[in-house]
Amino acid sequence: MDELLKLLQTNALESPENLARMLGVTAADVSARIVDYEKKGVIRGYQAILNEDQLGLDKVTAVIEVKVTPQREGGFDTIAQRISRFPEVSSAYLMSGTYDLLLFVEGRTLREVASFVSERLSPLEGVLSTSTHFMLKTYKRFGVLMQRESSDERLSVSP
Amino acid sequence: MNASASLLSRLNTTVRDIPRSGIRDFFDIVSTMKDVISLGIGEPDFDTPWHVRESTVFALERGATHYTSNFGYLDLRRALARYVRNVFGAEYNPENEILITVGVSEALDLALRALLNPGDEVLYHEPCYVSYRATILFAAGVPVAVETKPNNGFRLTRAMLEAKVTPRTKVLMLNFPNNPTGAIMSGADLADIAAFACERDLIVITDEIYGELTYDAPHTSIVSLPGLRDRTVFLHGFSKAWAMTGFRLGYACGPAELIEAMMKIHQYTMLCASSLSQKAALEALARPEIDIAEMVNEYRRRRNYVAGAFSDLGLDCHRPLGAFYAFPSVRRFGLSSRDFALRLLHEERVAVVPGTAFGPCGEGFVRCAYATSLENIKEAVKRIQRFISKPLTS
Repeated sequence: MDELLKLLQTNALESPENLARMLGVTAADVSARIVDYEKKGVIRGYQAILNEDQLGLDKVTAVIEVKVTPQREGGFDTIAQRISRFPEVSSAYLMSGTYDLLLFVEGRTLREVASFVSERLSPLEGVLSTSTHFMLKTYKRFGVLMQRESSDERLSVSP
Repeated sequence: MNASASLLSRLNTTVRDIPRSGIRDFFDIVSTMKDVISLGIGEPDFDTPWHVRESTVFALERGATHYTSNFGYLDLRRALARYVRNVFGAEYNPENEILITVGVSEALDLALRALLNPGDEVLYHEPCYVSYRATILFAAGVPVAVETKPNNGFRLTRAMLEAKVTPRTKVLMLNFPNNPTGAIMSGADLADIAAFACERDLIVITDEIYGELTYDAPHTSIVSLPGLRDRTVFLHGFSKAWAMTGFRLGYACGPAELIEAMMKIHQYTMLCASSLSQKAALEALARPEIDIAEMVNEYRRRRNYVAGAFSDLGLDCHRPLGAFYAFPSVRRFGLSSRDFALRLLHEERVAVVPGTAFGPCGEGFVRCAYATSLENIKEAVKRIQRFISKPLTS
């Protein structure tokens, strides 16, 4: 993978000048490549990674395993895309194994998520069954530990 | 005579006369201060890879808490023989040509003590790691420093060695990639040095602790050159490439007779390296390319950043090619290295190490380690810029 993308995945806020300096290229080159990736849709957006537990939000997240019937034309894609369009679904993946789709669904309350499952998701044509698991605590998201590691324990000067 | 003076007079004179490391002095000053950004730390800021830490815990649970063979666990020596062959290009028999030590520091001490008779001369290049001169003196050798300079990227040349070699020279010590300069040697440079070592019949001790950390060209070990394996002690360890400094684990590879001699000293003084550290090292060797690759990429990006920023500041700095140090000249500011470092510390709270900690020829330079986060590096550069933009001579 382009090293520029790796750096942006670590910190998307880094300035083109600093990115350029680290990569040994020009800032104009970095900016142009970023625009190009955005245009092509390789870069789909930029987000902050929050420690939501710390915010104490009224929010629940469910991980839902869904078994579906693939459709004659479009296979899993048609049903998966239909499900993905619900704003409650924050992530959706096609999986190998005992179920087909894995969804991350967010709501304000347990009841809200439950009603999404029973009223929106399950009745969809092609959905055979669902299995819902509620998330209790987040330890790591997008490669970032939610609990901060202890500060630098190294001696302040060493040989 | 008071009691402390009488004790001093009874100390071994070599030990008494060797000053404490200049780094230690500086650490004592820095550690009293708050909010310091340190470019003075000679160890990785990365954590030891988690699989290594996790398997060390497992080893402890399983009870790997006993003495090991004096040479170290045989399975670790076998893994090291494979690693050294693949990465550094030299074959060693794990049965009797590899010795596991407490860091490269112990290995270096063992090698020198195993080789030197009183008065034997040791050629080594300066600026260099803080312990070399002292370790040679402790082993009753005569340290002969060869000065390397920024005009050829702090590389060592045959001509420099020719100027200092004598009939009493027995050992040539090398450390590339170099702490504190970040210099590396090309294959051609090394071929010259190798030929010199063969002609003069010298034993080579090569400290390649930074061997994995090069950024523009791969590292070549002198031990891979024709004729060198049988006159060389190759020293390496896990501190830098795997960020395992506190594990204190190193190793020496060399001809069986030499390793046997080193083992005897190790056997009577150290017995063996920590069993847990040895288990950790074995795990580290399970997938070295994965662990090391991302760290090297990150160091390279920081090196690029530091080199670019120093050049923008007008700091005269040769491009570091390995290890994680930049060694800029501060001569034009009209201060000694120590005064420059002290004032930078007090006025802007940035710690760098005066070049003189690495030998007298380090005067006029400071060592800046980029083994710290990019955030810290950026802030340090900003502060250095502020510092050097005002008149400095007092």
